[in-house]
Amino acid sequence: MDSTISLTVDGRRHELTVDTRTTVLDALRDRLGVTSAKKGCDHGQCGACTVLLAGPGEQGPGRRVLSCLSLAVAHDDAAVTTADGLGDGTDLHPLAEAFVTHDAYQCGYCTPGQICSAVGMLDEARAGHPSAVTSDLSADGPAVLDRAEIAERLSGNLCRCAAYSGIVSAVSAVSAVSAVSAVSTGAGASR
Amino acid sequence: MKPFAYTRPGDAAAAVATVAADPSAVYLAGGTNLVDHLKLGVAGPGTLVDVTGLLSTAITPTADGGLSIGAGARNTDVAVDPRVRRDYPALSAALLAGASGQLRNMATTGGNLLQRTRCSYFADLTAPCTKRDPGQGWAAQQGWARHHAILGAPEGGCIATHPSDMAVALAAFDARVHLLGPDGERTVAATELHRLPGDDPSRDTVLEHGELITSVELPALPVAARSAYRKVRDRASYAFALVSVAAALDVADDGTVRDVRIALGGVAHRPWRAHRAEQALLGGPATDEAFRAAAAAETADARAVDTAVGGNAFKIPLVAGTVTATLRGLAAHRTEAA
Repeated sequence: MDSTISLTVDGRRHELTVDTRTTVLDALRDRLGVTSAKKGCDHGQCGACTVLLAGPGEQGPGRRVLSCLSLAVAHDDAAVTTADGLGDGTDLHPLAEAFVTHDAYQCGYCTPGQICSAVGMLDEARAGHPSAVTSDLSADGPAVLDRAEIAERLSGNLCRCAAYSGIVSAVSAVSAVSAVSAVSTGAGASR
Repeated sequence: MKPFAYTRPGDAAAAVATVAADPSAVYLAGGTNLVDHLKLGVAGPGTLVDVTGLLSTAITPTADGGLSIGAGARNTDVAVDPRVRRDYPALSAALLAGASGQLRNMATTGGNLLQRTRCSYFADLTAPCTKRDPGQGWAAQQGWARHHAILGAPEGGCIATHPSDMAVALAAFDARVHLLGPDGERTVAATELHRLPGDDPSRDTVLEHGELITSVELPALPVAARSAYRKVRDRASYAFALVSVAAALDVADDGTVRDVRIALGGVAHRPWRAHRAEQALLGGPATDEAFRAAAAAETADARAVDTAVGGNAFKIPLVAGTVTATLRGLAAHRTEAA
């Protein structure tokens, strides 16, 4: 059964008719040719398909979610930001840059999801969200991100090359900078 | 995935009427469990009735000093709510211990309660599973039973466990679940929402077809402010519980237990409220020995499954250890604060 929806992807609006079974991930990759988000497990277990998603009327790039478990028909009028849309077309997003610097890429298949997840996670930390390893749940203000906090908050993204150490270093470097100036809103979100 | 129709009604009453009228219709909320099951073929509904956008997402104080959580509230938003963190920290901790950041951003309060077992045989269409397909038998009884139930399961029958962390904290706190059905509203205690498998393991809850969870209400419960959630799993994060404990403890100045709430996860077909352990502790000393004895009283009727590829007998001492460690932490916190 078909349904016509609208999706804004990395700043570009698309109208498309999808079978109700189509996930946001499959709509991105197979229908719109946006291959930045990767299909890993396709069952919500690996995080390779992570994108930032803002519902209709929501400001900013939205929350990190799994596009493989999101039905496109249920996200009519949503705005999706993939790792592709985070840079400004010339310069890499600071997180992508940090992944290069800290040798966090290896095979690179999980990387776009890792970067989207880290961008969303840094927004959550700035908003003061605690995590499962935060000792004081009642603490106010932005979360302090040590390596244990970063590892816990990114545990939904698996890397089978085991570049975890480099990934944590890359995110750590950016979180230290972003504690003073917000960097999460890439060009993709405002285009 | 089988083809299905998709509809997004205007309000909860219309959604209930749509599902109640169609035996093949199911609700879609965050989709984190349902969409996976559509792909696996575990679920094959004719119609998805999308209730995101028509369920409340608000977390609001109730007249009696508790909190009402809209069924559409995302797991992330409940976990980080300042009132939940202050007044019901075990609920916040349980939510944060569940799934991943991405999934918590998608999953809803109502959907979390209705997620189905993560028993790998239930999700594997090539394995016999009477919970999924009545009359087939029980692959888990001979299989990898590491994650399976030790309490409340019929001998030789379904040993699936309920996977929610959040529901364990709700059971400890006497939360109430508000439902809307074709015949109107009703309320069910969180401890009574989920069923033991009995002779119909295909039914996870007491909900009738068409009934929709609209909100969850936390009562005013001062002891809940001194609560914790402890989850033991096979890896440090992003894994379901082998055993988990939600507990709240109030110790009097003379060192005796004035109030205590304990619920267990990973051990039964439903979140397991540990009434026996609570009774054993009330009025007695808040010591490791007492905590351990109370946990042993709770698991006195436990039945483990021993299989060639991995049984679950280890859960019985693991319950005792996890309950003891959780209560010890709460008792020590009180001593520090004094």
